[in-house]
Amino acid sequence: MKHLAEYRDADTARRLAAEIGRIVTRPWAIMEVCGGQTHSIIRHGLDQLLPPEVELIHGPGCPVCVTPLETIDKALAIARRPGVTLCSFGDMLRVPGSCEDLFAVRAAGGDVRVVYSPLDAVALARAHPERQVVFLAIGFETTAPANAMAVKLAARERLPNFSLLVSHVLVPPAIRAIMRSPGNRVNAFLAAGHVSSVMGTWQYPPLAREFGVPIVVTGFEPLDLLEGIRRAVVQLEAGRHELENAYPRVVTERGNEPAQAVIGEVFAAVDRAWRGIGVIPASGWRLADAYAEFDAEQRFDVRGITAVESPLCKSGEVLKGALKPNQCPAFGKECTPRTPLGATMVSTEGACAAYYHAGRT
Amino acid sequence: MCLAVPGKVESIRDDDGTLMGRVNFGGVVKDVCLAYLPEIAVGDYALVHVGFAISRIDEASARETLRTFAELGILAAGLAELRESDEPVQPPP
Repeated sequence: MKHLAEYRDADTARRLAAEIGRIVTRPWAIMEVCGGQTHSIIRHGLDQLLPPEVELIHGPGCPVCVTPLETIDKALAIARRPGVTLCSFGDMLRVPGSCEDLFAVRAAGGDVRVVYSPLDAVALARAHPERQVVFLAIGFETTAPANAMAVKLAARERLPNFSLLVSHVLVPPAIRAIMRSPGNRVNAFLAAGHVSSVMGTWQYPPLAREFGVPIVVTGFEPLDLLEGIRRAVVQLEAGRHELENAYPRVVTERGNEPAQAVIGEVFAAVDRAWRGIGVIPASGWRLADAYAEFDAEQRFDVRGITAVESPLCKSGEVLKGALKPNQCPAFGKECTPRTPLGATMVSTEGACAAYYHAGRT
Repeated sequence: MCLAVPGKVESIRDDDGTLMGRVNFGGVVKDVCLAYLPEIAVGDYALVHVGFAISRIDEASARETLRTFAELGILAAGLAELRESDEPVQPPP
């Protein structure tokens, strides 16, 4: 695939890490926001290549991990109804709700399906007019264009049996919440490359200025990540705090404007609860009023459902970077990928699961 | 979750008003919605996420970043001559 081999070259990775070691003079904490980047960092052992001065803090950018427990419970309540087909991306099915997960509903005879694309859910609704097809629409800005297009297509075709349970979250409000949280240690951010490919980089300079923090838009391959870290360290050592784009082959300043236009039409900003973190103002998207008829929460009247988290799970501390996964007392004991207490252990992009699979106990 | 995979656009068509295409991911060809990249052309590389092309991969920028590594003196030998093509090397007959 295009340039994948070059951006994975191990020898160059070691030299980049050595260059970071050459320029760093004191300790810095850099947060990679995106769960995909966390997965890549741990899988390739990039954090272990870095000099001891550079600490990576794994941020809240795994949408499966930050989807509130009550959203999972709402999905479970909807999936248990006769005549409903509930579709989602694979990772969501294993996330435990208060009592069970979606796989358990399927085992008990419910129609729960994994889809690759929201368009597959629209196709199911088209093919099965006798069933109510509900798509569990989670994700960051990267996934929003796809989910928005699914709604637009359903509206255009007047599909009365398609709806979405929406739990979309946004990166810039999360960066703001982290910088404002008491005890914050983050000195610089690696901004999520694929979120930025949709939204552009224009949202970040005001954040860099407001909080005096370098923000480097970064890709996902080992060399992309190390180059993002190198640029962040160069800025930190020089006392600068600016936006830099270290992923220009994919990300532009303006982003994907046709996608932003459709998102703006289909979604509207909403205060959103992040699992383990709490409510962050204007940090999510809901369906806009013009598309409210596709809102599964209204259609199935599950708005009253609330949920209580396991007291053992420290995923909130992990998501804010206050705790490394293996510092949690339940890590690898009560909580494993087979018996997860919280979503950071469920998703392959969750920091806890990434540590567990890499044997970082 | 935000995993996106680069693929080469092999064909483009209009599906009842929606721009669609066939995209080749290292040998696996899939249907992809191209509505968000109306300027994309056959032969371009696109970054695809959950069935949607969200960004065109800019070849010049890809090479430019690798050139930065060369200027820092950290590009490994053998990569210094940036490859012109990622087409699979054909085995000798």
